[in-house]
Amino acid sequence: MSRSIPTMNTLKRIGAAALVAGLMAVANAVPSVADEDDLWPGLRKELYGAKPILEADGAVTLDAPYRADDAAVVPITLRIPASIGARAKSLSLIIEKNPMPLAATFTFGPAAGNGEHVISTRVRIDMYSNVRAVLETDDGALHMDTKFVKAAGGCSAPALKDAAEALAGLGKMKLRTLETNQTPLTQEAQVMIRHPNYSGMQMNQVTGLYIPAKYVESMEVRRGDEIVFTMTGGISLSENPNIRFTYAAAGDNTLSVVAKDTDGKTFTTRQAGSGS
Amino acid sequence: MIASKSLYPASDVSLRTLPISRQQFLVGAAAMAAAAFAGAPAAATSAQGTDIHPVEIAPGVFVATGAHGVYAPANGGDISNKGFIIGDTAVAVVDTGGTARVGLELLRAIRALTDRPVGYVINTHMHPDHVLGNAAFRGEGVQFVGHHKLAAALSARAERYLSYNRDALGAEAFESTEIVLPTQPIETVTTIDLGGRQLRLEPHRTAHTDNDLTIRDSKTDVAFLGDLIFAGHVPTLDGSIRGWLTVLGEMGAKPARKIVPGHGPAAMDWQPAATPVIRYLDAVASDVRQAIKAGRTMRETIATAAQSERGAWELFDEFHGRNVSAAFAELEWE
Ligand SMILES: [Zn+2]
Repeated sequence: MSRSIPTMNTLKRIGAAALVAGLMAVANAVPSVADEDDLWPGLRKELYGAKPILEADGAVTLDAPYRADDAAVVPITLRIPASIGARAKSLSLIIEKNPMPLAATFTFGPAAGNGEHVISTRVRIDMYSNVRAVLETDDGALHMDTKFVKAAGGCSAPALKDAAEALAGLGKMKLRTLETNQTPLTQEAQVMIRHPNYSGMQMNQVTGLYIPAKYVESMEVRRGDEIVFTMTGGISLSENPNIRFTYAAAGDNTLSVVAKDTDGKTFTTRQAGSGS
Repeated sequence: MIASKSLYPASDVSLRTLPISRQQFLVGAAAMAAAAFAGAPAAATSAQGTDIHPVEIAPGVFVATGAHGVYAPANGGDISNKGFIIGDTAVAVVDTGGTARVGLELLRAIRALTDRPVGYVINTHMHPDHVLGNAAFRGEGVQFVGHHKLAAALSARAERYLSYNRDALGAEAFESTEIVLPTQPIETVTTIDLGGRQLRLEPHRTAHTDNDLTIRDSKTDVAFLGDLIFAGHVPTLDGSIRGWLTVLGEMGAKPARKIVPGHGPAAMDWQPAATPVIRYLDAVASDVRQAIKAGRTMRETIATAAQSERGAWELFDEFHGRNVSAAFAELEWE
């Protein structure tokens, strides 16, 4: 285990978040872009120390809707071009104003390949916020792309539209290969896990108390024996975590996934790969 | 003609039903004294778009429509249909509007027509524009009735519903608005008696929400369908698109003589009401299924699915993207 999220600082914020969730919701509803209490300098220092970060240099691009349709399920796509692919080490997704800003970190393995790397997922956004993708390349350099997203209330929203059904299926997984983003160098696949990914800011419907945070904290995806990526995740990933990713085609294209949640439950699935 | 004792004497309405400030009570009293609310001073609700004008769509069945919009000062939170049914012994209210003030206006409108007691306040589902007027009806002997999943669903969202909509409307228009949960949860088809007429309450599987309840009057065969039917206002999906289509399909086999949509005109025939909703939901479901099959992302699909429906609905830009997002998250597990 290298760096684990949440950090101490963010953990403290989670605790506080449960208490102030109500207040936050009030503040959120009249968000002001001008009122930029800038959290980035502190967060940046906490995550990366004094290391320089190259901004918008094209090494990574982040695609997000400017205005989210559903703050609890905001679709995000991260791209690393083929020219950088071979050098991509890890990629972090940061939602600056969320109570747990580091949404996920993906660390690439050999099966991520040398082509373009594309990762899509869905996140909760609690208030109007910058969303940042930070790529670390093998030379230790940091590259960042940033988008501002208008969304509010995503962390406390009971996204479970059918509460009973969502819980009944906990741990169910789906893994499928896709025909999209295929190049001679890359294949694409998608993994889905039924999991409420409780943020710690949602209300228990029966007791009126906050449901403790409980979320998918790690995932490892392999093609054959080789790692495509490992992910550490937090409460900012939407319920039913859903990740699309590219990987390099090879002789053995069998994909397998092992995920763990904060209760120590392990979820696994595998699928024989398509193509050669 | 109208015999029974009133639970709420008209002169006492504000005092008994709302924990309000003396100042607001005086404003309320002034409005009552003016009798016709249109003539009330600017401080009263008439200036804020919460005038309630129920129309009698069938003998003893009244509906007041709301504006098509989201909570805004111009509409005062009066953005959904609400109604009431007058029996020989009791009145049943179906949905109460989006604030305690709207609920209070509704209660005044009822009091202008009858002094029979309000025995039941029935909520068709959890959405704030349908339930946040409940506080105006609180009092001895009033049963609050809802789908057995309504209490859980509304509790989970209570804080957000209150804070967001208070912010959208302003504290004054939102004053005294509180969450009132059902005292009578409905798990299976249940009949309640208003004297001379019965209401058949049917809880549904997850459709528009996971707590949709419909109400059908035995005397006139009018059915209040809540947000299972939208007319004009684009449907909003907060439950299951598959469930919703199933429920509408089943309902079409034996439709009521007249139906009351959750948003739209006071009364409609089943066919012209249901056809556009089914067409919209079918278009969303089929485009989303196709996109999932083709491996497109949620983001791409939100931008493209069921755009053919754009011209057919009000508030399309406000809700359609969210509907597609919800349908996508549901259907990709098929
Ligand atoms: Zn509704």
